[in-house]
Amino acid sequence: MPAVSKGDGMRGLAVFISDIRNCKSKEAEIKRINKELANIRSKFKGDKALDGYSKKKYVCKLLFIFLLGHDIDFGHMEAVNLLSSNKYTEKQIGYLFISVLVNSNSELIRLINNAIKNDLSSRNPTFMCLALHCIANVGSREMAEAFAGEIPRILVAGDTMDSVKQSAALCLLRLYKTSPDLVLMGEWTSRVVHLLNDQHMGVVTAAISLITCLSQKNPDEFKTCVSLAVSRLSRIVSSASTDLQDYTYYFVPAPWLSCKLLRLLQCYPPPEDGAVKGRLVECLETILNKAQEPPKSKKVQHSNAKNAILFEAISLIIHYDSEPNLLVRACNQLGQFLQHRETNLRYLALESMCTLASSEFSHEAVKTHIETVINALKTERDVSVRQRAADLLYAMCDRSNAKQIVAEMLSYLETADYSIREEMVLKVAILAEKYAVDYSWYVDTILNLIRIAGDYVSEEVWYRVIQIVINRDDVQGYAAKTVFEALQAPACHENMVKVGGYILGEFGNLIAGDPRSSPLVQFNLLHSKFHLCSVPTRALLLSAYIKFINLFPETKSTIQEVLRSDSQIRNSDVELQQRAVEYLKLSSIASTDVLATVLEEMPPFPERESSILAKLKKKKGPGAVSVNELEEGKREGGELNGGGERGGDSSTSAVGSTPSPSADLLGLRAGPPVTAAAPSAGSLLVDVFSEAGVNDDGFLRFVCKNNGVLFENQLLQIGIKSEYRQNLGRMYLFYGNKTSVQFVTFTTTSTLVCLEPLIEGGAQVQQVINIECLTDFSDAPLLNIKFRYGGALQNLTLKLPVTINKFFQPTEMASHDFFQRWKQLSLPQQEAQKIFKANHAMDTEVLKAKLLGLGMALLENVDPNPENFVCAGVIQTKAQQVGSLLRLEPNAQAQMYRLTVRSSKDTVSKRLCELLAEQF
Amino acid sequence: MIKAILIFNNHGKPRLSKFYEHYTEDTEQQIIRETFHLVSKRDENICNFLEGGLLIGGSENKLIYRHYATLYFVFCVDSSESELGILDLIQVFVETLDKCFENVCELDLIFHMDKVHNILAEMVMGGMVLETNMSEIITQAEAHNKMEKSEAGIAGAPARAVSAVKNMNLPEMPKNINIGDISIKVPNLPSFK
Repeated sequence: MPAVSKGDGMRGLAVFISDIRNCKSKEAEIKRINKELANIRSKFKGDKALDGYSKKKYVCKLLFIFLLGHDIDFGHMEAVNLLSSNKYTEKQIGYLFISVLVNSNSELIRLINNAIKNDLSSRNPTFMCLALHCIANVGSREMAEAFAGEIPRILVAGDTMDSVKQSAALCLLRLYKTSPDLVLMGEWTSRVVHLLNDQHMGVVTAAISLITCLSQKNPDEFKTCVSLAVSRLSRIVSSASTDLQDYTYYFVPAPWLSCKLLRLLQCYPPPEDGAVKGRLVECLETILNKAQEPPKSKKVQHSNAKNAILFEAISLIIHYDSEPNLLVRACNQLGQFLQHRETNLRYLALESMCTLASSEFSHEAVKTHIETVINALKTERDVSVRQRAADLLYAMCDRSNAKQIVAEMLSYLETADYSIREEMVLKVAILAEKYAVDYSWYVDTILNLIRIAGDYVSEEVWYRVIQIVINRDDVQGYAAKTVFEALQAPACHENMVKVGGYILGEFGNLIAGDPRSSPLVQFNLLHSKFHLCSVPTRALLLSAYIKFINLFPETKSTIQEVLRSDSQIRNSDVELQQRAVEYLKLSSIASTDVLATVLEEMPPFPERESSILAKLKKKKGPGAVSVNELEEGKREGGELNGGGERGGDSSTSAVGSTPSPSADLLGLRAGPPVTAAAPSAGSLLVDVFSEAGVNDDGFLRFVCKNNGVLFENQLLQIGIKSEYRQNLGRMYLFYGNKTSVQFVTFTTTSTLVCLEPLIEGGAQVQQVINIECLTDFSDAPLLNIKFRYGGALQNLTLKLPVTINKFFQPTEMASHDFFQRWKQLSLPQQEAQKIFKANHAMDTEVLKAKLLGLGMALLENVDPNPENFVCAGVIQTKAQQVGSLLRLEPNAQAQMYRLTVRSSKDTVSKRLCELLAEQF
Repeated sequence: MIKAILIFNNHGKPRLSKFYEHYTEDTEQQIIRETFHLVSKRDENICNFLEGGLLIGGSENKLIYRHYATLYFVFCVDSSESELGILDLIQVFVETLDKCFENVCELDLIFHMDKVHNILAEMVMGGMVLETNMSEIITQAEAHNKMEKSEAGIAGAPARAVSAVKNMNLPEMPKNINIGDISIKVPNLPSFK
């Protein structure tokens, strides 16, 4: 270090920085830094007490070293000491060091908290602000515990300076985000909402972030903010550009605050109060009108600020989705922006239109811009803009324009950026399937897709095309012909070989009549690709060969020759060797009949959600989930729509190969094939939520229990807790968002109340339903759930597990009484009986638990046969009481049960019998 | 919410990094590098928004940036922020720096890191915007300066020393400090039409 630095602290810092900057190499820099670190360490450890000023200097140096990317493992204590200095400069550097370097689990937190406490009570606004900043930066739980009670008080106190109020608002927000349980707004709620009316625009700016966050979590408590926000917005929008003085930014009054107000309003549905709504619509119209006025300045900042407000207004209009007039105006405005010379505006217009395309009012209007969007996809220089254009094309696609859009996307794929190819491939595959009217077009599209972007075509895509070809016999001949032609290309992608091998193996006979594609030609064509392929593909080809032997006996000797060659029968890969050996044996010893049975054409696949769609959802959904979660998602995806795994070559499962790394291809997990062929016409793409209307399977599990998970898919989990007394019940529904993305406009309807409209990613919300049983019933109430995930509307209908047995009161009685009552209920319609097979193991304890869960009293020593169970109970409804008796006779030998229910009302006996028959 | 604010120069040297979510130091450095890599390969005059790098949350987050002469100003934000609004905010930040430092240049950010942090703290707190009014921000910053000066008293040398260093004729320095070149004075911004 040059001698000049002696005695002049900050100069030392400057020289140190210059030294570093002059270092010729990384090594020199590290050397210089280590020297300095050693110096500072010795100063801190030295006997001589350092004055605040030197401490400040050294801490500054450490900060600089940290910025360069070096670890700093000391100096924290010195920084904490600086906090208690009376001098602003020293205190400020101390806080700076802590907010940059100390994380929330440091053991110094307690010392820091002490210093903060002192500064908060100092009544010196500068010190208070420093302390609040520090809390907001570190935001640990300990800090929340220490200060969550104090900060709301500072925020709403009449004598707090404006700048402190601003800091307090954001500080509180930070604590609320880290520890929502510790920040109790309760009594402060209305005063916080009224900060929207504050004189000082800075206070409003800070407070609105806090209010937005709180309203998302507790919309009902903060509902009053809607009308305040509307009137504030209206005052800003209608003000002249000079009214707000310093908050006017390049002739636009308070653009930031306007944006935030419009965002806040997006947390709520349209205002119910007519006057408020009228005022808001007026504001939105004014904003749209202003966009058409000539600019007040040529500067880009002016148009930026103006358009920032405009885009937020459009988002709000789209969010309300109820004013056709405004929606169409918004769409036209965005249409203008699509051709604007500012790239930023084109980008944002494409993005907003994507959400607009899903609204029924504006879908058609969006479609009119198709040419412009296609043009953007072709000509935009910026990949992020092109990606938005591709998203929009996907969103605006419907039956009328699918062919055009798919063709454009395919041609774009040839030159698309690597980063977005995989997603594009998935989108093309989905659109092609969803809107395929004519399946030869679909087959062409997918084969083209493989040809153009083979590397980016995931397994799901080619599994899916095979599923569809197998399920639709009108397209099989065409598919065989097309793959045959595609395989003739000198270089074709391995995925093409897979599809080709599979389809020719199944349907090669459909084109064998033509001498140009005679069996032997087909075989030679496939076999010419064999040696270039990876092991799983080769395995698939071997299966295709054995299928050939069945389809075309004339190829038998040629194929046996191939199988017999050393490169197959002695292949070092176990899977290939085993297939070669087994197939060779099979072809030589089995009779034609056996062969024909074993190698029969694949039965149709069961209808299921497109695995491609699931993949796209996964790709788009959780952006930041950890690997673990993704893995889990995959497993789940597999169970939900095992299409992928089963799409492979399951023809060999009959041969009985052993599991191996390529087990997928063996179809070990193949479910029972559906024998009823002919899938329904129209879309094969079954969305998770649209399957068969009501989701039933969760329901029956709740007959004998009150708590558990009712429904779960990749997005949403619904848990239930319920309790019943007499004819009343209370049910708690827990909606958990399994993704990291917000669900917006989340609504549930039934005979029930509404829920808050947002579920944050990873968060859970709770809904309470009170139930009263008026009379006996057999249909369970339905729960309809709608929400938006990404841009897509999700709709789900579930049966609420409320069954008549929930309102049972157990009745204890002696054997004698029981039989007396049993006899009283002797009318034929009062009895319902069912004999059924056991679905579960016949364990006495489990049976007892289930019967108790049913809500009746389980009566011991009543039935002469100790194996049998008898129960008694009274169903409480508002209208009447229905006494019921039950007898369950297990027959362990036959694995059967006989269930008899008698009750004073015939419908009840029947319903109970139905419900219970599914339980054992 | 603003997840991070990064300033680096054309060579990727960080000049300011402020993270509003907790990452380990290593990850922070990686994020800076990744962001630089994403931003620096983009042409001038294309759009100012792009999807965030994987480390900072992928497509959940957007990078909104501006390039002024030698420096990139990058804000990483989530979907709750208005893109154009953030672009304005960057402009306010730069204009404020320009007023506080009188023709701010890259060196000012290096030698006055603490001041830059202070100014930023007047605008953004815990990832949320505190104040957008430039004159308010400048008033606060000036008040702090004044306090600093009065506290320094007789030992008021430091500020003067720093400016002395800036103008000092150190052997290597003049080559690097071509003030005219790296001036990022706002009124004649080259990158925006």
